Amino acid sequence: MMNFKTLASAAMLLGALGIGSAQAEIRIATAGPMTGQYASFGQQMKAGAEQAVADINAKGGVLGQKLVLEIGDDACDPKQAVAVANQMVNKGVVFMAGHFCSGSSIPASKVYEEEGVVMISPASTNPKLTDEGGDLVFRVCGRDDQQGMVAGKFLAEKFKGKNIAIIHDKTAYGKGLADETRKYLRKFGSKEKMYEAITAGEKDYSALVSKLKRNKIDVLYLGGYHTEAGLIIRQMRQQGMDTVLVSGDALVTDEFWSITGKDGEGTLMTFSPDPRKNPDAAPVVKEFRAKGIEPEGYVLYTYGAIQAWAQAAEQAGSTDVNKVTKALHSGKFDTVLGKIGFDNKGDVTAPGYVFYVWKDGKYDYYKD
Amino acid sequence: MEYFIQQLINGVTLGSIYGLIAIGYTMVYGIIGMINFAHGDIFMVGAFVSLIIFVALGLAGVTFVPLAFAIVLIVAIVITSVYGWTVERLAYRPLRGSFRLAPLISAIGMSIFLQNFVQLAQGARVKPMPPMITGGFTFLEGSDFSITLSWMQIIIVSLTVVLMAGFALLIARTPLGRAQRACEQDRTMAALLGVNVDRTISLTFVMGAALAAVAGMMFLLYYGVIDFYIGFLAGIKAFTAAVLGGIGSLPGAMLGGLLIGLIETFWSAYFTIEYKDVAAFSILVLALIFRPYGLLGKPEIEKV
Repeated sequence: MMNFKTLASAAMLLGALGIGSAQAEIRIATAGPMTGQYASFGQQMKAGAEQAVADINAKGGVLGQKLVLEIGDDACDPKQAVAVANQMVNKGVVFMAGHFCSGSSIPASKVYEEEGVVMISPASTNPKLTDEGGDLVFRVCGRDDQQGMVAGKFLAEKFKGKNIAIIHDKTAYGKGLADETRKYLRKFGSKEKMYEAITAGEKDYSALVSKLKRNKIDVLYLGGYHTEAGLIIRQMRQQGMDTVLVSGDALVTDEFWSITGKDGEGTLMTFSPDPRKNPDAAPVVKEFRAKGIEPEGYVLYTYGAIQAWAQAAEQAGSTDVNKVTKALHSGKFDTVLGKIGFDNKGDVTAPGYVFYVWKDGKYDYYKD
Repeated sequence: MEYFIQQLINGVTLGSIYGLIAIGYTMVYGIIGMINFAHGDIFMVGAFVSLIIFVALGLAGVTFVPLAFAIVLIVAIVITSVYGWTVERLAYRPLRGSFRLAPLISAIGMSIFLQNFVQLAQGARVKPMPPMITGGFTFLEGSDFSITLSWMQIIIVSLTVVLMAGFALLIARTPLGRAQRACEQDRTMAALLGVNVDRTISLTFVMGAALAAVAGMMFLLYYGVIDFYIGFLAGIKAFTAAVLGGIGSLPGAMLGGLLIGLIETFWSAYFTIEYKDVAAFSILVLALIFRPYGLLGKPEIEKV
């Protein structure tokens, strides 16, 4: 019986602690591919989120309470994304700075919508996310219709009269982007010579490469991720082709270069203006570099998403979903991405896309 | 025509890799009648072991490619064989004699374990390797379509043919092969006649793992990118190849691998790439409807 008593008092104590800690801290989360073939992006998100939470807590937290970060791993798998979303809801998370892949973000957003969690994706660019998502869904990155327009126009103008092929990897992101690009390519008076789909995760693209070679493709547009892009470039060079690869924002990781090596030289991609070059972001960039983390790709986007939410919560004076959502829709936020706001759909009002080129293992703005 | 030949080269190379892995499935099935689902992951382990040794040799200053190649081949075979042996010893032998599905479940468990083990030990990021063996031949240069045949492709195909012939001989001519065939026909009778059944089965797993190690190393050198997940996709394709060729038959596995590789490649070449897996699996279904035991498989005769 004594045991029962100690147990009971221990349980009460734990319960009290639980309530105590729930009052003193706010749980937020990031989720993305922490494992799997896109794990390098998950690591970018994790680095950005951890730094953002540390910096905000160092300045006293949000509404006087400390932020606690939860990290979810969806491996870019739509089914796992829903499971992670439910897990985060059960942990009492009030804000999600994720997910990464559009294919994960779209189904996960339905869970957050139902359970009343604000979601700001730092990376999912498929238009459906905010077009079909409700009031609680935001993103700090661009949309694939913007990205596709920039890419389609560029291909039509820069590679006029050349043979263009468009391929995608059948994912929500890859196919969405490839189709938008094709739409605008045609709108700007050009037409692709080949349109094909590949399977992500495979390693052998030799049949595709020979087919490109026979069709004398000068420029290949890929809607897909960096692992497939890297393999296709390697196999193109093996078969003696010097075709230029053009792709989207999923190539912004140095892992791309470690796959291609110098074969990747001259590869083009679209991405939002580099936040590292933003003067407001300089102190944060310095902080990252001091820790040995290069804030490439989506590191600062995740950081910025958390900043935007934290400021919205401060403006609303509460972490209540409806109040924060209202503040996000109406306010302006000073983030490492510059001064940003959100439109009615939840898309960011920041500038769209520019072209980058890979050179010597780094990417920089493309200049004609 | 040039295009056809180029695609033929692509298809035969891909098919050879499938075939090498498929032999491992088929040998185990032939002898103990069980699908070793962990075989694809043994192949993945082989690829990782090869990469680690290549890196170690690079650090040690061994830059002479043929020497590095030979060392990696031998060490990878030895280490991967130990994995194959251990998997059999831990996960399958204790279940021998229990109901048929038990080792199958255990195999799936082993597959998940190996994947997660490599993911934790080596990290989830893809592991790239710069090309080591480059160059090759280019035919019809300057014409409309030049055909390329790389050294790597020649090595893969010839190594596959040599290994295939070697293992066929081993099974047909040596005492070990005789013991294996005896176990295949009747395990109890073989034991009564003095064949060490446990040892023979262990050696079969070791042989399968050795072939998987070679396939893993070739995969690493040819594609240059590996991750902990490659065993799954390659394993499924190789298993399909083994079934198509007639599971239990060594030449069948090779034939099945080549056929799957060629169907995928030629479908991609002349139709849309999107549906290449549909094409490969439709052929499998058709083949199994007309020849339920696979192309070169022998029907099991039920004795009364």
